[in-house]
Amino acid sequence: MKIIGLIITVVTGALLIYAAADFPAWSDPASPASTYLSPHFIEKTMEETSVPNIVTAVLADYRGFDTMFETTVIFSAGVVCFFLLRISRREEEEPETRYYRHVLTGVTIQLKEGYKMPPSADFERIDAVWTPPDLIIKTGCRILIPFVQLFALYVIAHGHHSPGGGFQGGVILGASVILLAISHDLRTAVRRMSEKLIGILCAVGVFIYAGTGALCLLLKQNFLDYSALAGVLHVDPITARSHGILIVEIGVGIAVLATMIWIYNNISSAGRYRQGL
Amino acid sequence: MIWPIDLAILTLVVIAGIGALMVKDLLGAAILFGAYSFMMCLLWSIMGAVDVAFTEASVGAGVSTVFFVAAVFRTSRRTKD
Repeated sequence: MKIIGLIITVVTGALLIYAAADFPAWSDPASPASTYLSPHFIEKTMEETSVPNIVTAVLADYRGFDTMFETTVIFSAGVVCFFLLRISRREEEEPETRYYRHVLTGVTIQLKEGYKMPPSADFERIDAVWTPPDLIIKTGCRILIPFVQLFALYVIAHGHHSPGGGFQGGVILGASVILLAISHDLRTAVRRMSEKLIGILCAVGVFIYAGTGALCLLLKQNFLDYSALAGVLHVDPITARSHGILIVEIGVGIAVLATMIWIYNNISSAGRYRQGL
Repeated sequence: MIWPIDLAILTLVVIAGIGALMVKDLLGAAILFGAYSFMMCLLWSIMGAVDVAFTEASVGAGVSTVFFVAAVFRTSRRTKD
């Protein structure tokens, strides 16, 4: 079986390399793609959408329909991960022994046979297999996370002028919360962003994208033709396309942020939301 | 495109790709896959596709490596074949 797989791989690879020889040379101005489509984007993007970064304009405006379904794919990935891995609390029995840690001193308390600690700010609940609190890692990540999040917001907001946009910014935002989950524990991260909030945000991001398109449709233009938003935003149609791209990028960012955290929570705890990495 | 850098990075991409397939330790495979993504990110940025390089660096080398490590942590670390 292994040999058959190897033969298939080698033959397919050889075919691909053989086909790659027919490609036009890298950055060839006479290649078919560079003769009619690229010149239009390079010459007209600035006057049609007032966005200096052509990649952002193509991604979110000229091919906005494509990007909308990319966002939907990410949303479905999160939902599928949830449905496959999540183990609901009702099915498994409640753990009999609970552990609490005194926040200031680090003293750990064990409560047996279903006893619960009354809610207080001095004690936090920890997992049965807990990692010892590490001051250096916790404090380092605590200092780092706000800067990571600030950079992510910059990436989303500055996508018109520099590389970046909703996908990258959303992933970095999600990574900052994952960093919190790794450096502290999953319980802390889930307390900051509950599962319900993540699910809602995931859908809200896709809704913002599709809703912007539908709003354009209601304003008697094509789906995702942001120049229809000129009347709503009180700007000229060209600036409205630039603003429409920003709105859509924010939607993508929210959806990607929520999905990344959702997938991480489900994978790292095997769907139990206890004892993450 | 400067061809010596290009050649060096392409060689590293091939080595990291084959290494990720060959290695028996799945955690090592996850890390090698992260290295592969990072080399691809360098390759994109050499070609001038900075947006794609940014996505590759954040998604491929960053978050997906964390997902792989988390999945390895929750399953087994050795492959069967």
